[in-house]
Amino acid sequence: MADGVRFEGDLAALPTHGFGHRSITWWGIIGFMVVEGMFFALSFAAYFFILDKEQTWPPAPLAPPDLLAGSLLTILILLTEIPNSWIKRAAERYDLATVRKGLVVMSAAVIPLFVLRGFEFASLNVSWTDNAYGSVMWLLLFLHTTHLVTDWGDTLVLTALMFTEHGKEANRFVDTSENALYWRFVWLSWLLIYLLIYWVPRWLP
Amino acid sequence: MTGIARDGEALKGAELEGRLDRTWRPAPGLWGWLTTVDHKDIGRRYIYTAMTFLILGSILSVAMRLQLARPESGLISPARYNQIFTMHGTTMMFLFAVPVMEAAAIYVIPLMMGTRNIAFPRLNAFSYWTYLFGALLLWVGFVLNVGPDAGWFMYTPLSGPQFSPGKRTDIWAQMITFTEVAGLAVAIELTATILKFRAPGMSLNRMPLYAWAILVTSIMIILSLPAVALCSGMLIADRLIGTQFFNPFEHGDPLLWQHLFWFFAHPEVYIIFLPATGFVSQIVETFTGRPVIAYPAMVLAVVATGFLSFGVWVHHMFATGLPRLGYDFYTAATMAVAIPASIQIFCWIATMWLGKPRYATPFLYVIAFIVTFVIGGLSGVMVASVPLDLQFHDTYFVVAHFHYVLVGGAVFPLLGALTYWFPKFSGRMLSEGLGKLAFWLIFLGFNIAFFPMHITGMLGMPRRVYTYPANMGWDGLNMLSSIGVGVIVLGGLVFLANVALTLRRPRDAAPNPWNAASLEWAAASPPPPYNFPHVPVVRSATPLWEQGPLPVMTGLRVDDRELLITTAIDARPDIRYPSPEGTIWPLLSAIALAALFIGSIFTPWAVVIGLAPLGVAFLAWFWPKGSPTAEPVIE
Repeated sequence: MADGVRFEGDLAALPTHGFGHRSITWWGIIGFMVVEGMFFALSFAAYFFILDKEQTWPPAPLAPPDLLAGSLLTILILLTEIPNSWIKRAAERYDLATVRKGLVVMSAAVIPLFVLRGFEFASLNVSWTDNAYGSVMWLLLFLHTTHLVTDWGDTLVLTALMFTEHGKEANRFVDTSENALYWRFVWLSWLLIYLLIYWVPRWLP
Repeated sequence: MTGIARDGEALKGAELEGRLDRTWRPAPGLWGWLTTVDHKDIGRRYIYTAMTFLILGSILSVAMRLQLARPESGLISPARYNQIFTMHGTTMMFLFAVPVMEAAAIYVIPLMMGTRNIAFPRLNAFSYWTYLFGALLLWVGFVLNVGPDAGWFMYTPLSGPQFSPGKRTDIWAQMITFTEVAGLAVAIELTATILKFRAPGMSLNRMPLYAWAILVTSIMIILSLPAVALCSGMLIADRLIGTQFFNPFEHGDPLLWQHLFWFFAHPEVYIIFLPATGFVSQIVETFTGRPVIAYPAMVLAVVATGFLSFGVWVHHMFATGLPRLGYDFYTAATMAVAIPASIQIFCWIATMWLGKPRYATPFLYVIAFIVTFVIGGLSGVMVASVPLDLQFHDTYFVVAHFHYVLVGGAVFPLLGALTYWFPKFSGRMLSEGLGKLAFWLIFLGFNIAFFPMHITGMLGMPRRVYTYPANMGWDGLNMLSSIGVGVIVLGGLVFLANVALTLRRPRDAAPNPWNAASLEWAAASPPPPYNFPHVPVVRSATPLWEQGPLPVMTGLRVDDRELLITTAIDARPDIRYPSPEGTIWPLLSAIALAALFIGSIFTPWAVVIGLAPLGVAFLAWFWPKGSPTAEPVIE
């Protein structure tokens, strides 16, 4: 800029944060959701690729996974959207007290999901070493569990953060809102995996 | 809001630059080197590292050409030769080509967008360290004689537990995981930077073609890299914990590997090629003194190439016995790629025709690119046809084809781009004399080495064999290829000598020595840590060719790292956003991740145990440092 510059306006009055697609955090979260969505999509492709080679699904004489644990988890994870939406709306109106309460509720609500997930692994009725069917069932459940773990870790850190003085910073409310968005991705992707693990083996001959 | 220092009429010139420098300069000494999050530091480091792997990968190719120069040569044993060609391909694709394209973008894109740093700069530092540790894992393994030896594509069942016992393949698979984490992180950073950090006024239709190429490339990386990360994870699980994904005896399928691998690895070719088309567009614009013609057609061609690249992976699998209708589809899709590629070629040629070309070194590389890439593209159309492919499959014809496409299509533009942006990186102009000498040696050497391989392949010489019998008609052609590689090496040494001699000279480059049009040339050479003292404003697709002084906007904070976010399509100013300080935690996080990945080669429990240090490092990274700043607090 050695040749001189011409001043054309001032940016000082701009805000220092914005929600949704105005925020860089949103773009980062969307980026990671697409990456992880591709992981899921390609795992689904692997599932159908292996399915295509089999005479029956699950391969005889295996029984499909037991429904109870996975179905309970599905109901519970859908119910977590209630506190999740509550937190997201509170964050977008800078309501710190509600955000704090909501994050504590969310941090606790995930714990029973882990218990149910443990029972889910036990009710697959196949080991990952048995055959390719077993490997891909474990893969789907394992991939989703990593998402439960990472989002829970994320939520715990955020909860602790919101109880400190940093919780008053506007961009922390943006983080809270985007964390809630990510949780929606976690349960939405679960609905597809739930169908693949529990129902496709029942629907196919 | 009062009492906060901002640039403007009252604060400009040397006073402003001094204060911005204090705010943005990394800490001094080794600590600063380890903690910097400046995109220029990370980008330069990434480029140096990737170019080091280009040299190492080239040394392996010299070893192969020495072995193949004569028939029945005993210089290298068959087992060692398997390792060498596996390491050559792996190094060139995963440690050189993809990283170097991202590396150049890490350096150039924020400057070209007119901003002060990349989006997610700490993730950027983390990405570099992760890449470095993955690369070291592979090469330390190779030096210790546990280098992978089943080909860079690592086909099952050869790479499976039955036929590749030991740790060689596991090291390869975990190196993949490292580089995928690194590559995906950079792709997300670049996408966010290009869409949200553009200078006010740089609406999408005024964005430089290089930025378009990097945007499409980044989205392709985001969509394709998960495929190779997933299948290398499945492979290592088959090998270490007894899953059966690729084991046909337990209803797995080796072809699942090929589908997942090529779903990544074919787009990968375009991930390497599209940034190179971006280099070419910038160089053509600068050295013909006019914008590349048919801007909308150029942008659409880049986007179309990105789309089509996801529909062609099966052309690597024509010899596997797939359904005939599938062959037709993938043949058609593969041939269709020639259409957007040709549109770009014709637009560049037309631009040269209408402009006033200056035959400086970067421009010579562009001409070499067009010639070489067109030859590689034509042999690509040949092997897109199934009957021809079945003849050429696994012969040297394919080796010739993809080296014409990858070296001609990506390495030549890269060398041109490094010469072009060298004054920006270093503040010095490379010598034109040595640059042209290196160019001619590399260009002629390349054609002497690789053109004969078309013929060796048609005469039936297979790839990936450590030697061949005499009197097959291949002797002279192989010797010629080996001599050609020697000439390329000479050219490479001249290029390196040019860089080394130039770096010894004092800095003398002006901000815009080539009279280019894009914003990176508005910053000093090399740019200060904050890139631009004021936010530049863009009024056309060629801002530095506009008459009069550069329009700028003021009002960003001076005593805290702050940059401007604009709207994604029109680039209207929207938010003043804090940019993070340097920190050691990305490095420590990468070390914890490396311990987890490398440990997992030896025991699956490393994944569980390794999560604890990784969690601590991430926590320390994300936890805000210091007390909240005065301005953005909500009360």
